Amino acid sequence: MPSPRYWREKANRFHLEAARCQGCGGVTFPARTICPACRGTEFETLYLSRKGKVVTSTVVHVGPNEFQMEAPYAMAVVETPEGGRLMVQVVDCEPSDVLPGLEVSLEFRLIRREGHGGILCYGHKGVPVG
Amino acid sequence: MREVAIVGAGMTRFGEIWESSLRDLFVEAAAGALSSAGADHVDHILVGNMSGGQFVGQEHLGPLMADHLGMAGVAAARVESACASGGMALNMGFMAVASGFVDTVLVAGVEKMTDGADVTNVLASAADQETEVYHGITFPGLYAMIARAHMAAHGTTEEDLAWVAVKNHKHGAMNPKAQFRSEVTVEQVLQSSMVAEPLRLLHCSPVSDGAAAVLLCPLDQARNYTDRPVKLIGSGVATDAMALADRKDPAFLAAVEKSSERAYKMAGVTPKDIQVAEVHDCFAIAEICCLEASGLVEKGQGAKAAASGETSLGGRIPVNTSGGLKSKGHPVGATGVAQAIEVFEQLRGESGERQVEGARIGLTQNMGGSGASSVVHIYQGV
Ligand SMILES: [Zn+2]
Repeated sequence: MPSPRYWREKANRFHLEAARCQGCGGVTFPARTICPACRGTEFETLYLSRKGKVVTSTVVHVGPNEFQMEAPYAMAVVETPEGGRLMVQVVDCEPSDVLPGLEVSLEFRLIRREGHGGILCYGHKGVPVG
Repeated sequence: MREVAIVGAGMTRFGEIWESSLRDLFVEAAAGALSSAGADHVDHILVGNMSGGQFVGQEHLGPLMADHLGMAGVAAARVESACASGGMALNMGFMAVASGFVDTVLVAGVEKMTDGADVTNVLASAADQETEVYHGITFPGLYAMIARAHMAAHGTTEEDLAWVAVKNHKHGAMNPKAQFRSEVTVEQVLQSSMVAEPLRLLHCSPVSDGAAAVLLCPLDQARNYTDRPVKLIGSGVATDAMALADRKDPAFLAAVEKSSERAYKMAGVTPKDIQVAEVHDCFAIAEICCLEASGLVEKGQGAKAAASGETSLGGRIPVNTSGGLKSKGHPVGATGVAQAIEVFEQLRGESGERQVEGARIGLTQNMGGSGASSVVHIYQGV
């Protein structure tokens, strides 16, 4: 993953920048130029709350090379109160406890290292609440 | 629009075929299709292939394959839609002949997966790189998430998933082209190693090499090639949101539903008319979701279809009589064309111990990514 590609995505990976369609009210994350629900092009920028609920999940036992050291690890689709949905790893817990309905907070964490240079790439991970 | 028929077919066995390269696999299947129809030329070649570029560093497969078939000069191109590449090539070949643009099209699919590429990463390139793969999800992981959502919505169990593998291995054990010609038990599936919860190794299709090819021509020219053509009567393609997070119901494959509806409408048939079907069982949960979305079983009833025998040979609607992707193997770009060959042979009465007696109308459903693309074809024996 070359650096410009990583840098370009900072708004959503660092700040959870999303967009609310002025036509249908739907929230897209990351922001887009055309609404996938109504094809509207007028948006209001919003930032997703750093919390949400697990929609569905899995525990990855056989991971990609870059993540195999962390296996087994939990992955989940999380929905924030604004209705934005994102794919995140869920950590600091038993992976098998990450099931649909679980409340998580979204914390800023190291996600992966980029290429041979080992540039650190950040983003959000879920952590169970309470 | 002209009526279109399949008049010839050829395929390699599926499996780890170390002695054959990407081009060798293609040539074996393509030459087989041409010779089975007694054809010495074609107007157009379409090569379904997911990722020659990542698997073996080879792009530009249209001219490469035409050249190696001794047909340099013929129009040729590669068609890509991840694991639905083969089915998508068939759709495009169908359109080319139906429209009158060309008369004969060789539709092939090929994939060489065991030459040392990082298969997990290559397959993950069919998912959303920026919002899914970046965070560490794998392809089995996405289907595992679909499975959990299906379990939560419909009460599907791990044992239901296991039955899909048991059924397809039972069928595949009878297929000389299949990668795994052995039966498995529910216990063996449930004890196999975990890949992505709740999916275990024996819920997953394997990594495979292989190629498959069919020859298409206008129905009114079919007798030049064979006395048993099979008519293509419907074709439907649809797409869905690429990322799982962007689908309202992760347990429902909307592209499969839409592509099926389009194919049924074109063919003028309903799901009840289908007598044999090949559906995209890359993971056991995929067969369950595809059966529901295609209307072959009712929504929410897919989970019990394998265990009850409804979708086995001898059941109400035999599904994946070839062994499916699970047992026959899944060289991704070849799969959609191999599905068509299974139904072609069934409708010609050539399937031996896997024959569905009296089958006249069949269906294939081929899917890309975690369900972001789907292609459905409907066939009728002539
Ligand atoms: Zn909108």
